[in-house]
Amino acid sequence: MIKQNLGIRKSDVFNRRMFILGIAKVFILAGIVTRLFSLQINENKKYLTLSDKNRIREWKLPPIRGNIVDYFGNIIAGNLKVYQLHIIPEQVENFNYLLVRLKTLLNLSDKKIQKITKLKNKFKPWDSIIVSENLTWSQFLKVNNYLYDLVGVKPVMTISRNYPFNDVYTHVLGYVSQPNQEEIIKNKIVQERFVPGMKIGKLGLEKKFENHLIGTNSIQRYEVNAYGKRINQLEFQKGSQGNKIRLTLDTEVQKLSAKLLLNKAGSISVMDIYTGDIIAMYSSPSYDPNLFLFGISQDEWELIRNNPLKPLIHKTISGLYSPGSTIKPIVALSALENKIINPNFKVKCTGKTELYGQTFHCWKEKGHGFVSLKNAMKQSCDTYFYEIARLLGVDRLNITAKKFGLGEKVLGKYFDNEKQGLFPNTSWKKNNLGRGWVLGETLITGIGQGYTQTTPLQLCLMTAQIANGGYKIKPKILVNNKPLSLEQAKNSMKFDSLHSPNLKLFDDPKNIKIIQEAMFSSTNEIYGTSYKSRIDDPKYQFAGKTGTSQVKRISKRERELDLKLEQIPYKDRDHALYVAYGPYINPRYALSIIVEHGGSGSKAAAPMAKELFKLIIDRDKLRKKQSNFEDINI
Amino acid sequence: MFYYKRLNSDLSFIQKIKEIDYVLLICIILLSLISLMVMYSTDGGDILFHTKNHFMKLIVLFPLMLVIAFFNIKHWHTFAYVFYFLIILLLVWVSYFGLKASGSQRWMNLYFFVLQPSELMKIAIILTLAKYYHRIKIENVNSLASITLVLVIILLPTILVISQPDLGTSVLIAVSGLIILWIAGVKIKYFVYSFIFGIISLPFIISFLKPYQKLRILTFLDPDRDPLGAGYQIIQSKIAIGSGGFNGKGFLKGTQSYLDFLPEKHTDFIFTLFSEEFGFIGSVGLLILYTIIIIRIIRIGAMSRSNFSKLFCFGFAFSIFIYIVVNLSMVLGLLPIVGSPLPIMSYGGSSLLATMIGFGIVLSAKINHRQLIAG
Repeated sequence: MIKQNLGIRKSDVFNRRMFILGIAKVFILAGIVTRLFSLQINENKKYLTLSDKNRIREWKLPPIRGNIVDYFGNIIAGNLKVYQLHIIPEQVENFNYLLVRLKTLLNLSDKKIQKITKLKNKFKPWDSIIVSENLTWSQFLKVNNYLYDLVGVKPVMTISRNYPFNDVYTHVLGYVSQPNQEEIIKNKIVQERFVPGMKIGKLGLEKKFENHLIGTNSIQRYEVNAYGKRINQLEFQKGSQGNKIRLTLDTEVQKLSAKLLLNKAGSISVMDIYTGDIIAMYSSPSYDPNLFLFGISQDEWELIRNNPLKPLIHKTISGLYSPGSTIKPIVALSALENKIINPNFKVKCTGKTELYGQTFHCWKEKGHGFVSLKNAMKQSCDTYFYEIARLLGVDRLNITAKKFGLGEKVLGKYFDNEKQGLFPNTSWKKNNLGRGWVLGETLITGIGQGYTQTTPLQLCLMTAQIANGGYKIKPKILVNNKPLSLEQAKNSMKFDSLHSPNLKLFDDPKNIKIIQEAMFSSTNEIYGTSYKSRIDDPKYQFAGKTGTSQVKRISKRERELDLKLEQIPYKDRDHALYVAYGPYINPRYALSIIVEHGGSGSKAAAPMAKELFKLIIDRDKLRKKQSNFEDINI
Repeated sequence: MFYYKRLNSDLSFIQKIKEIDYVLLICIILLSLISLMVMYSTDGGDILFHTKNHFMKLIVLFPLMLVIAFFNIKHWHTFAYVFYFLIILLLVWVSYFGLKASGSQRWMNLYFFVLQPSELMKIAIILTLAKYYHRIKIENVNSLASITLVLVIILLPTILVISQPDLGTSVLIAVSGLIILWIAGVKIKYFVYSFIFGIISLPFIISFLKPYQKLRILTFLDPDRDPLGAGYQIIQSKIAIGSGGFNGKGFLKGTQSYLDFLPEKHTDFIFTLFSEEFGFIGSVGLLILYTIIIIRIIRIGAMSRSNFSKLFCFGFAFSIFIYIVVNLSMVLGLLPIVGSPLPIMSYGGSSLLATMIGFGIVLSAKINHRQLIAG
């Protein structure tokens, strides 16, 4: 019995102790449930995010750039499907074997093979290596045929920039290529959207409007495991193509310009005289921007860089030339406006003028005899302009020239490489050269030589502003919204000038008329310097002024030799210039042509105008008909 | 002592079947099924290695549990010390000839089965101490000799297991032993004193820890100090549980698990996967299932007439509770990471074997609850 009692007592102890444990258990369990609750209910969002961050990885694809179209909506910078070859190293069974196979299939160079091996060691095994960025269709087919033997190879179709008109627009558009480190850091948007293989604008409008054109990345969301391997694609978020840009340029005119300047160095600019729309701006020679897309080869680059005709220079806005006789309309206008002369003012040309012992020659050795303003313009008599420049003085001439846009950037904000040129005056010389102005310099400034430097586009603008009756216009290259009709453009041009007098470039409209008539006679009347290039049909008839700008002082000996163009070394030949506008009745377009070292303006440049005006005026109808303009915010 | 034995020493088979605790049995079956389901999920929704093996083990061990249940508990009483010494011998053998894996030597290869004797020690220690306190007079429970002896019984396997090294299991063995001491009525002041002593000597204990164990404690205190190294497990575990939310991500949809972010998802971190897929609801449900099991075991202990059965049931119930608490606290980031499986759920034969033996003995205690065992 005692034992039994003891037993009972023992079990009482057990039960009591167990009860205490039981209470402890309840608290501990409650603690655990609380913890569960706090993790799973209170902090669920936080951990859900963390879990998604764990498992979801995003792969950005290169954004698709916006198209650039010409005035008629033709794509001049578009996108093209390209075929690429990627290798995913982790799927490759035998890397060396694969490289040998690819080498024979695609004719890869040893250098390329080394590069691939290098890339393979640089990236994670599941990151794809781009072996070839741009396979030809036949290479792509070949790879696809042998795919069973090329484990780990992935033929990929992707989108790349493409310039369908090759070298026709290069200087305007620029080109795209892979960005360097600095370019990525500099542009926040590029930095944000950068992925290997993405290309950015390196030059021209492609560069200027990078943020407008760039587009947004498509995003592939993949579920990845703890080792970063892609398991499956969850989502494909399509990015949007970059915004479109529409230019005022006309591809046909641009193409004709390219054809006319083939194998020559020079530039052609065409402008609407009322709206300021630039119809063409072509700099020759050009180069193919498509070469830069997948990395230009050293040889090709050297070829472009070392070309003596300097294809890398955008001559239309960065080329600086003495305007030569093309400045004469401004000199004459300035003299009329300042009432230095009247239209009947005559000068006797003997072929040369003496000033302080220095001889200034007219281009015509025998002289023009007595010439009036009109005849002086028509035959481009230098003596006449020496005289009126002398009477006018360079400072007054400078004011007129500045009004017409010489010495100022034409497009300014669009191109980083645009030059502003120079139109001198006395204080400019004093400030910059530290010497006083010499009267002789006024004389040569009067025939567009000396310090004066102009870009082809400035000359085009100058001509356009003479043609439109002397009103300042704002040249533009982009179409932002529906263009004005001719009447609207004319009216708004005149209306604007009422409010801001500096938009009116003349005092007496008669003076502009006199200049226009003089330019007309220069082209359309016998003995005119560009008479041979005239078009008699009033529909296409144009008025212009030739110019021949010396690149080197002509010595007495050379003058006596009277060499033919071919006999002079290329570098020493004169630049040929021509500015014109048409149609003469109801003018609409102005142009400037420069052929570097082309010889005389009348022989080398003016004939091009004849062909250009035919096309430009024919296309004017189409241009007017063109509709479907959308608003583009830039 | 035979005097008591006749009361119900030899029940007929039918009687035994009637006496089975079916609630407990069903709970165990349910838990086994859940564990199979979770194992299926760890295999990525496929019947692969872990699922197959776990299933095979359950198929073998579940009948074993029933056999033990029909086996009279008095035999466990008889052989308790033998069992204890046998396991001690195995532990010694393992420390010389055992299989090595990931830096510790705790397994023996039986060719059809890799046995981890330390897991069996969790049961053996309860059995031994239950027998000891069953036999000892209550006046002697707090005698110095008795307490010293009991401490030796506990410390011997603990030290052997620590030296493997296996901190988690050794702590669980020690705790299982101490629970019996508590239930047997060792004075509370002794527990308080040793607790204070333990706190004071903590710095010394820490200085004896292996570097990886120290790292685990540091990592526990601040998992973010090395998020990709030592803290990785606990961070990923918390992410998995936390992202499960109220309803869970759904069966076979635990991204943390099937994308391999979870470490040791088959074994110690099995709850993490379960909790990610079944959420707060599922987790609490699982806890309730465990709680029912524990309560049933305590109930069996309470109704048992023999003190041996009582002590074993109470001790085993509380041990299971401790295993669960340690495991959950670990995966929930409440305790440092110590290797400790979740009973039945975790993949691992020895742990399952020990648990099933334990359940078998408990079921046997139920069947024979009216029986007294001679001290």
